[in-house]
Amino acid sequence: MSERESILEVGGVSKSFGGLKAVQDFGLSLRKGELQGLIGPNGAGKTTVFNLLTGVYTPDAGDIRLGGVRINGLRPHRINGLGLARTFQNIRLFGELSVLDNVKLARHVRVRHSMLASVLRTAGSLNEEAEIEDRAMELLKLFDLADRAHEEARSLPYGDQRRLEIARAMATGPKALLLDEPAAGMNPQEKVELAGLIRRVRDEFGMTILLIEHDMGLVMKICEKITVLDYGKVIAVGSPGEVQTDPKVMAAYLGVEDT
Amino acid sequence: MPLLGVVGIALLMQFVLKPMLGEGGSFYAKLLLDIGINAMLAVSLTMVNGFTGQFSIGHAAFMAVGAYTAAVLTYYGSAYLVGGETFADAGVQGGLVSTMLTERVRDDGLATAWITARDLLFAGSLVAGGLVAAVFGWVVGLPSLRLKGDYLAIVTLGFGEVVRVIIQSQTADVLYTVEEIKEAPVLGVAQMFALKTDEWVAPLWLRAGGSLGFSGLPFYTSLFWVFLWCGLTLVVAYRLKNSTYGRAFLSIREDEIASEAMGVNTTRYKVRAFVLAAFFAGVAGGLFAHTSGVQLNAGELGFVKSFDIIIMVVLGGLGSISGAALAAVIVTLLPEALRDPPSLLFPTGPNGGASFFPWSLIVLGLVVAGVCWRAERKVRAVLLLLGTVLAWEALRYGARKAQVDLSDYRNVMYALALILMMILRPRGLLGVGEIWDRKRPHRSVPTATGKTGPGATL
Repeated sequence: MSERESILEVGGVSKSFGGLKAVQDFGLSLRKGELQGLIGPNGAGKTTVFNLLTGVYTPDAGDIRLGGVRINGLRPHRINGLGLARTFQNIRLFGELSVLDNVKLARHVRVRHSMLASVLRTAGSLNEEAEIEDRAMELLKLFDLADRAHEEARSLPYGDQRRLEIARAMATGPKALLLDEPAAGMNPQEKVELAGLIRRVRDEFGMTILLIEHDMGLVMKICEKITVLDYGKVIAVGSPGEVQTDPKVMAAYLGVEDT
Repeated sequence: MPLLGVVGIALLMQFVLKPMLGEGGSFYAKLLLDIGINAMLAVSLTMVNGFTGQFSIGHAAFMAVGAYTAAVLTYYGSAYLVGGETFADAGVQGGLVSTMLTERVRDDGLATAWITARDLLFAGSLVAGGLVAAVFGWVVGLPSLRLKGDYLAIVTLGFGEVVRVIIQSQTADVLYTVEEIKEAPVLGVAQMFALKTDEWVAPLWLRAGGSLGFSGLPFYTSLFWVFLWCGLTLVVAYRLKNSTYGRAFLSIREDEIASEAMGVNTTRYKVRAFVLAAFFAGVAGGLFAHTSGVQLNAGELGFVKSFDIIIMVVLGGLGSISGAALAAVIVTLLPEALRDPPSLLFPTGPNGGASFFPWSLIVLGLVVAGVCWRAERKVRAVLLLLGTVLAWEALRYGARKAQVDLSDYRNVMYALALILMMILRPRGLLGVGEIWDRKRPHRSVPTATGKTGPGATL
């Protein structure tokens, strides 16, 4: 397992907001095809980590490397172009666009023709548009959304919106996928289906996935490796079994008995 | 192919429709020019306000920049490039493509040519006006990298006023004779660096009439040029909206953070939208400046004009190209229609004039049809239509009894009509969609959440 090519290497990343040290000396290593979990109590800094990785925030210190390329400080669209795609904790779809257009938009980052070619409708641009459409429909089929392709994204039921966000992130052609609480607000049945879907994405595309999730059952079931965050610091890294029995993790989640 | 279509339509307008309107048709021809120019302005603003969701309220400034650039070029440029008289001398005109006259006044052969050097100069000036406006668009687009919503609106409003005031504060002198024109500095760059303020002579490019307005411009704007450019604007906007770049624009409007996270360089596209919109507004300005009966004056291209354009965009539905064009038609015709309002029972007004009757009836039909368009219940739509007609007839009856000329109140009625339309269709006539989208059945199918698609906006 350790020989697998490293996709994402994060070391010594810190970020403060005023006096609040949101993330301190954060490190993480994500290998190709790995499905890793990032957990921690509320306010531990998990989403901040995602925002740092995807360029929403610039880290104060540290090093983030995607496939060997340093990406800290780059703008989010550049980081996405280099192959790091994400979903959002509070769903951020393009509500008034159709389901299909949401996925098609995500292919924009791979588009090679210019805006002028689009306006002139050159053969190259039309071919590429057709290619985008095919690719988007393929993804929608895989995510079981094809029959809703022409509906407005905001009219989809909640679970479908979550799935669409993952499909959209996948459409950008990423090397690694960051999922921010994809199971939030889902019922147990939907969670089981989601777990299956995440696994399928990993297995069928060989996708590397970093998953933030509050549902311990889900995380423990599907993740190979888990990083635990508390007060902005990594307190434990290991397999689900190791993490679950780690005294620091238990203390973070359950509190410490006064001695 | 569509380019040929656009040229074809423009030629038909100029050489088939215009002669059909005949001698007395110049009023309708002028309305058609206004419609075309307004449609260009509305559709170009749609690219910024509708596509990328940036709220710009300084669009008339781009129009002013384009108008003055084109005006200076055709007016002074002709003295250099084409030679001969300035346009203050009566009778100097372009070829058949650039005239709204039904009868040619000159008999020296120049006027009857299809296309002359002057028409080419005019075409070039329009493009130059568009390009200069586009540069301004780029400059205004830059703050949009940092500002959002109301803040950007204030910047664009300020920009519009700055442009207006700068133009108005220039010298009011316009040079008339060719000798004068050839003596004056063209750009005045050398003069500027000499810093001899006492010897300052305003260069030609600043001699555009200042606060008095630029008088003596030739009337080159014809149905051909207006509908050529209007068609081009529509084709570009439509193709853009339905391309991957259009989706990138729309995604910024929907959710800028998500758009950026999905790999869209939001800054670049916001600026591009501004540049493109400014280009077409600049061309529209050039067309406006050379319209018969218009005296170019920056005072008329201030924020009131900007709001007129915004009314069209919002009325049509933010993001809808056909909506913006339709709204441009309505907003242009409505005040005219209300001059001599139509009535089934009282076809003539108190003054007896009913020349506008057939036109205005069509307009009223369009307005009501637009309002009722997507009403879910057909019965309600019919009742609304009947109610409108009855209320209107009652108003006419009352006005006649009271010896009131309704056309005195046309601006009030115009405003009321706008308010009514926004109450009935808060998201504009067509929402974000296009007229032809409505034919797709799946767009308004009820979904699992119980809400319906875009059809449910009423």
